[in-house]
Amino acid sequence: MAEKISYKDVFFNPFSKNNPVIVQILGICSVLAVTTKLEPAIVMGLSVIAVLAFSNVIISLIRNTIPTSIRIIVQLVVVAGLVVIVSELLKAYAYEVSVQLSVFIGLIITNCILMGRLEAFAMANRPWPAFLDGVGNGIGYALILMTVAFFRELLGSGTILGFQVVPQAFYDAGYVNNGMMILPPMALIVVACVIWVQRTIHKELQEK
Amino acid sequence: MKINKESNIYTIIYIVVLVVLVGSALAYTSISLKDKQQENMAVDKMRQILASIHVVPEKGEVIDDFNRYITASYVVNNCGKRVDGEAFDINVAAQSKLPSPSRHLPVYEATMPDGARKYVLPVYGAGLWGPIWGYVALDADGSTIFGAYFAHQGETPGLGAEIEKPVFSGQFVGKHIYAGDHLVPVAVVKKGQKPVGGGEYVDGISGGTITSKGVGAMLSNCLLPYNNFLKPIHEKSLR
Repeated sequence: MAEKISYKDVFFNPFSKNNPVIVQILGICSVLAVTTKLEPAIVMGLSVIAVLAFSNVIISLIRNTIPTSIRIIVQLVVVAGLVVIVSELLKAYAYEVSVQLSVFIGLIITNCILMGRLEAFAMANRPWPAFLDGVGNGIGYALILMTVAFFRELLGSGTILGFQVVPQAFYDAGYVNNGMMILPPMALIVVACVIWVQRTIHKELQEK
Repeated sequence: MKINKESNIYTIIYIVVLVVLVGSALAYTSISLKDKQQENMAVDKMRQILASIHVVPEKGEVIDDFNRYITASYVVNNCGKRVDGEAFDINVAAQSKLPSPSRHLPVYEATMPDGARKYVLPVYGAGLWGPIWGYVALDADGSTIFGAYFAHQGETPGLGAEIEKPVFSGQFVGKHIYAGDHLVPVAVVKKGQKPVGGGEYVDGISGGTITSKGVGAMLSNCLLPYNNFLKPIHEKSLR
């Protein structure tokens, strides 16, 4: 890459201006599935950050040796290996969360954000910027995941991280948890609301 | 010497080396974490057994509670005689596929705070997409169901997966598995219907027919072999 890339942009752009979930609309599947509660969403976010950062670095280190004809396979092998390691670690140290996340840790392999970053960035950049790009995009993904999970848990179960935050007095006064929030359709609607807010702030992202 | 990166030889060697490297990394992770994972699985199994007797331990107290409530565990055979073996280590999944005379049947005896004795029996079967399993706790009379816990691996959320909800498993509480001197496992039937052969029953889950039938089949497959063990207990309680 001839032009000089700014490490700051590489790291911070994915937070908002070029967010993988709400601007590029990648990785929506897991956003729908793991955001009913905040805790699994945080673990999922951390897992994606770890897998994305390390796979970006590894691919970036070996980028000049990879035969072009099998580069997607090489990327997949690296990602799959890392995902299995993360999944094994969770089973050993966070068993209950790993049961809740079930197949979705394994499905990080098919998360479009990963292949997107590996193909678009790690294959063309040195390890350090690739690492920043991986962490940045991972955090961008985790931020959206946590925002969505926060609202879904608050409105759907009246709790945050399992602690009751809606006071009992509200329930006595006739307030009920919105059961819809726990179902997948509301995840999509919450994501849409986040996109709406974000495009109102960043007018340049609005399509003409 | 310049290596031709597009040659077949290079490609094949490259992928073989990569796969061997990744493979050994995975094997190493798996081996080094195995003990910890098995411990977690054992704790999870204890939690499920406790759930069948309505005990929900605090985080980190599963093992303590298990040792407090589960006062005995042993293995019986189809004739109701005790055989050697550790009940906790019996693979119920494998046992449930054997013909009943050759099965090893684990029994957990629980003592509740009020001194009442319960028998917890593991069950294992097949749902629509994958395995389903659970634990059935019987009262000291060997017939009345005190509690039931069911779990599944991948049943459809909202349909078959509802078997793990208390709404479903709670229906079993108070049902009897002995009708006269015959063991008749609780049947799972469509709402509003009754089982053909009589006996007690619970409502299945609308939209989760195959999973519901799986629960019924699991109960009959896994509870009937206990007949010779439970019958004397049941008869004794009637006297």
